[in-house]
Formats: sequence, C-alpha cells, structure tokens
Amino acid sequence: MPYSADLDIRVTDSCLRDGSHAKQHQFTVEHVRSIVAALDDAGVPVIEVTHGDGLGGSSFNYGFSHTPEQELIKAAVATARRAKIAFLMLPGVGVKDDIREAADNGASICRIATHCTEADVSIQHFGLARELGLETVGFLMMSHSRPPEVLAEQARIMADAGCQCVYVVDSAGALIMEQTSDRIAALVAELGDDAQVGFHGHENLGLGVANSILAVRAGAKQIDGSVRRFGAGAGNTPLEAFAAVTDKLGIRTGIDTLKIIDAAEDVVRPIMDGECLLDRLTLTMGYAGVYSSFLKHADRQARKYGVSGAEILMEAGRRKLIGGQEDQLIEIAVALAAKK
Amino acid sequence: MGKATAAIVGSGNIGTDLMYKLLRSAHIEPRWMIGVDPDSPGLKRAADQGLITSAEGVDWLLAQDERPDIVFEATSAYVHRENAPKYRELGIQAVDLTPAAVGPAVVPAVNLGAHLDAPNVSLITCGGQATIPIVHAVSRVAEVAYAEIVASVASPSAGPGTRANIDEFTKTTARGIETIGGAAKGKAIIILNPAEPPMLMQDTIFCSIPVDADRDAVAASIKEVAAEVATYVPGYRLRTEPQFDDPTAVSGGLARVAVFVEVEGAGDFLPPYSGNLDIMTAAATKVGEGFAQRIHA
Repeated sequence: MPYSADLDIRVTDSCLRDGSHAKQHQFTVEHVRSIVAALDDAGVPVIEVTHGDGLGGSSFNYGFSHTPEQELIKAAVATARRAKIAFLMLPGVGVKDDIREAADNGASICRIATHCTEADVSIQHFGLARELGLETVGFLMMSHSRPPEVLAEQARIMADAGCQCVYVVDSAGALIMEQTSDRIAALVAELGDDAQVGFHGHENLGLGVANSILAVRAGAKQIDGSVRRFGAGAGNTPLEAFAAVTDKLGIRTGIDTLKIIDAAEDVVRPIMDGECLLDRLTLTMGYAGVYSSFLKHADRQARKYGVSGAEILMEAGRRKLIGGQEDQLIEIAVALAAKK
Repeated sequence: MGKATAAIVGSGNIGTDLMYKLLRSAHIEPRWMIGVDPDSPGLKRAADQGLITSAEGVDWLLAQDERPDIVFEATSAYVHRENAPKYRELGIQAVDLTPAAVGPAVVPAVNLGAHLDAPNVSLITCGGQATIPIVHAVSRVAEVAYAEIVASVASPSAGPGTRANIDEFTKTTARGIETIGGAAKGKAIIILNPAEPPMLMQDTIFCSIPVDADRDAVAASIKEVAAEVATYVPGYRLRTEPQFDDPTAVSGGLARVAVFVEVEGAGDFLPPYSGNLDIMTAAATKVGEGFAQRIHA
C-alpha cells in the first residue's frame, strides 16, 4: 500500500536537525529560512528542525545552540508553505514541556528517539504528543546493534504508546544492505496496520541510498535523508541522490529532482562549514558501530589531549557507548593521553 | 548508647539491599520489614535475618504496641504520599527513597546537619546523590552560574518506575543541583545503557566557572567532597582529575570544569554495577544514622 494517493513513500529532510551536529549547533534564523524555503519549493513534504540531540539538547554535553531551537522552529513554520515541520526529542534529555512549546510554535510532527532497547522510556511522551494532536514518529537508535526480532518487540512498545511510524535508525551508519531490509521486514510484520515503518540512514559505510531503497522494497513508508548529506558522521542519506534514484525507479516522493539538486548546491552547501566526508574518522564510526554524532566531539577531544580521534572512536565502540554519552569521550581521551 | 529502631516499608530490591546495610549499622536496629505480598522474597530474606515481617502494609505496622523510631520507605511516590502524614502524626521520622519529595531534599555530604530534626526527608534521585556533592564542591569556591549532569546507568538497574517517569528524574535532579548544589541554573540528563556485561553507574558533572577562577582550589574542593561521599558510599570515586576548559562557542561562551565519577555498588544484595541503587540505600543509611544519633543524644 502506498503512503497516500499521491506518494509511494514520504520523505523527511533532516539537515536542520542532524546537520546541527555538523554545524556544531550554530544554525541561525537566516539559515533556517533559506533552507526551508528551498526544500519546500522542491516539494520536500517534511522538514525536521531541532538541536541535533533533540529538544533540550543545548548543553555542555552536546554543545550549546547559537539560536534557541524554538526560535528556529518558529522561523521554519513561518517560512514553509506546504512542508510540515517536525522536531526530535530524546526522553532523558528533553521533557514534556519542550514538546508542548514546539507544538505551540506550530510544529506538527513529534519524533521521539530512544536507544533501540529502551523504548519504554518514551511512553509518557507519545501519550502527550497524541493528546496535543501531533503526528508521531518513533526512532529506535543504533538499530545495527540488535537483531530484527528485538527491534520488532521494541517497535511494538512504541506503537502501543501511540507512535504512528517506527523508524529503524542506523545511527552508526553500520547497517549493510540485507541487514537493513531484514529489520524493516520484521517491523512491518510486527506492526501490520498499527503503524508505519521508516528508515533513517547514515553514510559511514557509503550505503545510505542503497540501504534506503532496500528499506522501501521491504515495506518502509517513510524515509529520512539530508540534502548534501548535511548530518552527523559521514552525513545522512543524500536526499538529492535519493530523489534521483527513486525517480528512475518510479517510486513517487513528490520531490522535484532537479530543484533539489540545485538546492543542495546553491542553498545548503554554502551554509555548511565543510562537506560531510567519508574519511578516516567517519569510516571508523561505521566500521566500529559508533554513534555518528560523536564525530565532532571525538575530533575536539583528540586535538585537546593530543590523542588519535580514531582511537577514541574505537574505544567508544569497545565500551558499547550509546547515543547521548558524549561526556564519556572526554574521559576516554584523558585515559588515552595518560597511557602515552 | 542504644540503637534506634527502624522499619523498612517496601520489601523489593531496594528495601532488601537497605536491610543488609542497616544490619551492619552501629546506630540502627532494623526490626521490621513491611510489604504487601506474602510471597515477596524480600520478606522471606528479612525473616531469615530475624526481622519481624508483615505483608499487611503500613497500617499493620502502625497498629502495633511498639513502633519504630525511624521508617525507611522504598515503595512508590504515590504510596509514600499516602503514608507520610501517618508517620508524622505518630512522631516517626521518615527517610523517603521514593521520588515523592514530601520533605526537604537531603544529600548527606552537603546538608544533612540542617535536617536532623525534620519529620521527613527526601533523597531526591540516584543521579542527585551522585552529582550534587560535586556541584556543591565547586560552588563553595567559585560562582556556578550553570551546572549540568549526565547520569549513565545500566539498563537492568533502571526499574519500571524510573522508566515511566524519566521526566521527573531529570526535573527533580535539576532542582536539587540548584537548591542544594548551589548552581544558579541546573540541568540533568539520564542515559540508560544496555551494554553487557552491565556498566557501572557513571556520572559526569559539568560546572561553569568564572574564567579567572582558582582552578587548583576548585580541584582540591572536588577531591575533598568526593572523599567525604566515599565515607558512606565506599564505591564512589573520581575516574580522572577534574578537567578544565576555556570558553568556546559550543560551550556557550562559558569556562567549565568537568568531573567524572563512577559508583560501584557494595553488592549487599543488588549487583555491584547498580551503583545508582547502592548510593540511594547508602545515603538512606547515613541519614538514618544521623537521625538515630540525634534521638539517642
């Protein structure tokens, strides 16, 4: 069954949320206005805008925002003509009051993320989001780290709490081809008509577009990407490439491929501090299964303590750190420096 | 000097771990363990240790001829709110291990002395017990405009209550960072990590400090307070020297000190990785001993 009468799948662009990591959370209202205007004009149906670590993420641990995220959400809502504005929140970082404020500011899709074994911490937040009349999406982060049947059980917890689409989130960019489609298929089988299934890919092994296509073929109805890969780690599934590929495959997304190719080059690229690259550090993340947002933090601590960023990331993988534990990278760097 | 008598209300994991700690106390005699389920393993363990047990709840306890000097409550916030007025009416001092926050919040290393006569004290949260002492250590020698803590706990040690009420954890802890820790503004973050074998509880405390703060004095104060906490939580330790950073854009233009602690549980009943639970039962024991010494002073 397609997503709707007009769309086979629905696409969400995440560059104003996941790209916040690459931008070290320094987005301004002007950045948001120009990116939202360009994506909206290209027909992107959903645009996510929040601090990289979700509502309330502005902090010592994750980096303080240049402009409060609620101001950015307001600017996005005021700019978009057709696109819906989504926001992310992580229970344990943000709180219910943050969701209320984002809803008051006009955002209409609430995306709630937990580590892929901890879905039950999101129950109270899904309940509130539905009460407020928001559309809901659930994120099972670091989905590479657990087998399909475990993810399906966790997806059920979210769906029962009021989540309308549960995403397999490849936070480490570590999923490879069938590992993606097997997980999507397990969620589709578990959720049936109770909720849709989505996929959020990263480029740390260079597989964002390929994994996303396999996800669609396995039944995913919502797909995330970021224009120009603007996101954590080696970046997200490049949305302009995904639009071109789906065009060729006859999968309807509603996105104008030529317009989004221009938006990537002319509007988004100039706002980026640099391209999101598949280089030593980001490939290490995909290879070691490390949370993509650790990139800039590992890089910063490596420079401060004179140790190898790749070694910090490998140790983060060995310690099985999960999303949100950026603080631990400092302690790892101190320990590596002491060993030298 | 005689011992004060105590009842533990709530025969679950926390109540059971607390019992073993109280059995070692020089100041407290745990005499009752109260539950609501006759098949509770905690009641059985308490009976094996010679405590008087009942599955008929608090009303049974309070109807006895002899009543405890102190009650430790490890039930739920809802139940404690019901019970607290009953203890108060009978003059029984209550140590509250639930998030009910009926009485003033206490962190033994910081403000126990101020609340020895309180009819009811709250132990805030595990994250608060582990981190507020460090915020206090910094704020007593340098102005702390903002403090933020990140508590990482092993998934199996986070019970259904914590999971259903994770917002309450972050909000209650943040308030304690301000009111007891001495930061003008506080923020708390909690992470549940499912790694196997389970990780020890780890807490990171970030405090903003003035750019010209005396960093040696800050570091010395932190070490002193950490040693004080370790007197009643033996597995509490600093993982590294305090780490200082100059202001940057991502630090919000603030200079800061970052402190890394871990809490290894004593393994009285709960596994050693659940330092988050051990620090609660250890703090409860310390508060109870403060009450007991006052009662028998």
